[in-house]
Amino acid sequence: MELDLPLVWALLIATAVFLYVVLDGFDLGLGILFPTARSGTERDVMMNSVAPVWDGNETWLVLGGGGLYAVFPLAYAILMPALYAPIVAMLLGLVFRGVVFEFRFKASEERRWIWDIAFFLGSLTAALAQGIILGAIVQGIEVEGRAYAGGWLDWLTPFSLMTGVAVVIGYALLGATWLVWKCEGPMQDHFRHKAMMLMFAMLVVIGIVSLWTPALDPAIAARWFEVPQIFYTAPVPLMVLGLAVVLFRSLSGTRDVVPFLASLGLFLVTFAGLGISLYPNIVPPTITIWDAAAPDSSLAFLLAGAAVLIPMILAYSGYAYWIFRGKVRPGDGYH
Amino acid sequence: MDFSAVDLARFQFAFTVSFHIIFPSFTIGLASFLMVLEGLWLASGRDVYLRLFKYWMKIFAVAFGMGVVSGIVMTYQFGTNWSVFSDKTGPVLGPLMGYEVLSAFFLEAGFLGIMLFGLTRVGPRLHFAATVMVAFGTALSGFWILSVNSWMQTPAGYSINEVGQFVPENWFEIVFNPSFPYRFVHMMLAAYLTTAFVVGAVGAWHLLKDRTSDAARVMFSMAMWMAALVTPLQIFAGDMHGLNTLEHQPAKIAAMEGHFEAENGAPLILFGIPDMAAGETRYKVEIPKLGSLILTHTLDGRVPGLNDFPPEDRPNATIVFFSFRVMVGIGFAMLGIGLMSLYLRARGRLYDAPLFHKLALAMGPTGFIAVLAGWITTEVGRQPFTVYGLLRTTDSISPVDAPAVATSLLVFIVVYFIVFGIGTMYLLRAMAAPPDSGNGPADMEPVRAAGVTPAPAYRDPHTPKPAE
Repeated sequence: MELDLPLVWALLIATAVFLYVVLDGFDLGLGILFPTARSGTERDVMMNSVAPVWDGNETWLVLGGGGLYAVFPLAYAILMPALYAPIVAMLLGLVFRGVVFEFRFKASEERRWIWDIAFFLGSLTAALAQGIILGAIVQGIEVEGRAYAGGWLDWLTPFSLMTGVAVVIGYALLGATWLVWKCEGPMQDHFRHKAMMLMFAMLVVIGIVSLWTPALDPAIAARWFEVPQIFYTAPVPLMVLGLAVVLFRSLSGTRDVVPFLASLGLFLVTFAGLGISLYPNIVPPTITIWDAAAPDSSLAFLLAGAAVLIPMILAYSGYAYWIFRGKVRPGDGYH
Repeated sequence: MDFSAVDLARFQFAFTVSFHIIFPSFTIGLASFLMVLEGLWLASGRDVYLRLFKYWMKIFAVAFGMGVVSGIVMTYQFGTNWSVFSDKTGPVLGPLMGYEVLSAFFLEAGFLGIMLFGLTRVGPRLHFAATVMVAFGTALSGFWILSVNSWMQTPAGYSINEVGQFVPENWFEIVFNPSFPYRFVHMMLAAYLTTAFVVGAVGAWHLLKDRTSDAARVMFSMAMWMAALVTPLQIFAGDMHGLNTLEHQPAKIAAMEGHFEAENGAPLILFGIPDMAAGETRYKVEIPKLGSLILTHTLDGRVPGLNDFPPEDRPNATIVFFSFRVMVGIGFAMLGIGLMSLYLRARGRLYDAPLFHKLALAMGPTGFIAVLAGWITTEVGRQPFTVYGLLRTTDSISPVDAPAVATSLLVFIVVYFIVFGIGTMYLLRAMAAPPDSGNGPADMEPVRAAGVTPAPAYRDPHTPKPAE
């Protein structure tokens, strides 16, 4: 049997995007939660908890963009102009967020607040823009021939704003549960409380987006609500509920790793739900992964490297996390 | 003045990529420098190398962070402003960039954290391995991205499919396309020289303040060895690169040389003002026959002129003529510094020559200027094509409106000047801090009597420092 290379690559790119979303998700979530920290020391700890790994986390975004260009060039060529403004906003947000990791510790104490604000606004902008990008893709993109045919504000709709808010809340939840894992004492309690509130907010926005998405397109609705498909899709909402229970109980008690894992689970399940709604389109509603794929020779050439390199990347990235395991304490860091 | 979306998109790309290239030019060289410093420390045990390592690592971290964030912008800029280019070249160039991300970016990013924060956690040998990985990753990313750029200059190993995309036929020919080996060597040496001249300037600055500083002496000496040994290599590599360009992109050579009429036994035009509209170079100051000698290595070899090419296929000679001369001029100034350093060193006065130190200080930023001038030469010289001879720049653009490009361009300009301006200020401030104080010499020095486990055998590096 021939390997369906576009399908393999669609799964790989989806994996890269998912890894980006959860890994940079908690980094960006920290930024979104920055104003809720109660002292400069707490902000130092928040930052140092991700300082050794944020750059690796963000690299998955480069793989998402670079990979799309490599294996689905048509999708890349249509999506980027269609999402022009939110992409630029995301990039600028990431610029601010990224440089703060170094700049903040170089600034004098009196000026540090400037970088605290930059870190917050950069993270918030990037997260909001990513959510809007998600919504704009789900709601569909106007295509003519091999190019984007819509206007430069088509991405802006109530639905895309809703998904923007949803991603901000989701990232904040990831950030808060990450801190529950990496901190201790009063700071941990503080963010445990925040995580609990964010969990309820997250369930509300998941509910709204889940009902709104099928309403956009009858074909999506059919996947979720008609017999027999419903037997395959019904586990998705059930798993969301199950994970919510796990999250609630772990946040109510004293567990410190489980809340983060349960939040990751929530992201995984909702991401799978997204896949169910969109498959096999890469530029909904018209362009499938096979339409957009580069020739098999391109896909095979890069797949050979990816098959060797991605396991290595996972191994040494995991090793970096292992080296910096354990609680983060005030004063950690090389600055 | 009214700009088209193409003009604005070109300016935006030129602006963002020019800002970006500054940081990799520096970090590629600096990563290797750090690797050498840490290796010397491990081999010799001399604590001056560790002090220098930690001193430059802080500078590296800031520069690397700016390189990362300005680089992510580039990944997406292909699509936002140049979507037709992306659609057509994706099957050929995309996988090369994919390899860059998978083999280089992850490597740098994965080990950077260990390099910056991990010395006390993993011990010196593993830490050195992390530093080597970061250095290797930066060089490898240069390999892939220069392959991509070179393919745009000298496309090979492709065919064109029914929807007009370039599709791969032979990956070896694509990756190792005709101009790639030359461009790769030329750029890597440029990165090493750029870093060497920054390190040299910082060393000179501190020697001017304190001639006895051993850290300043060591860095200045290392930088001057680089200047003396690598500059001649770079001039040789540049000459080879030029010959390669003559073979594959004669119009670019004609523009660089300011020649409008092809001739045998062409002169070398030292100065002049190429006038594209009139089709001639005005106010020429030239040396007979030298142009042919340099480009063909014979006295009466044929040197192409821009008038050999249809007007719509000519690059803008006014720009590349000057950018090329800036680059070459700086190259020879660097050679001069290298030679002077050899002379002073032979006479034992390398650390005792304030005038020379001032000169080295003034030369500090010239590597960046030469890199930018060189890239302007090769990129403007490739115009009016994105893929040389095959895909025109005007046919590469996204279907976006000029106001959208103009708005984002303005925002990029404002944000970049603020963010990278402040970053540069932090870099300069870190470079101004004396390399001998700060942590104190004993900081993180191996304490040999402390037992067999590596981690507790190091003193805590996190003791508060007066500067922070």
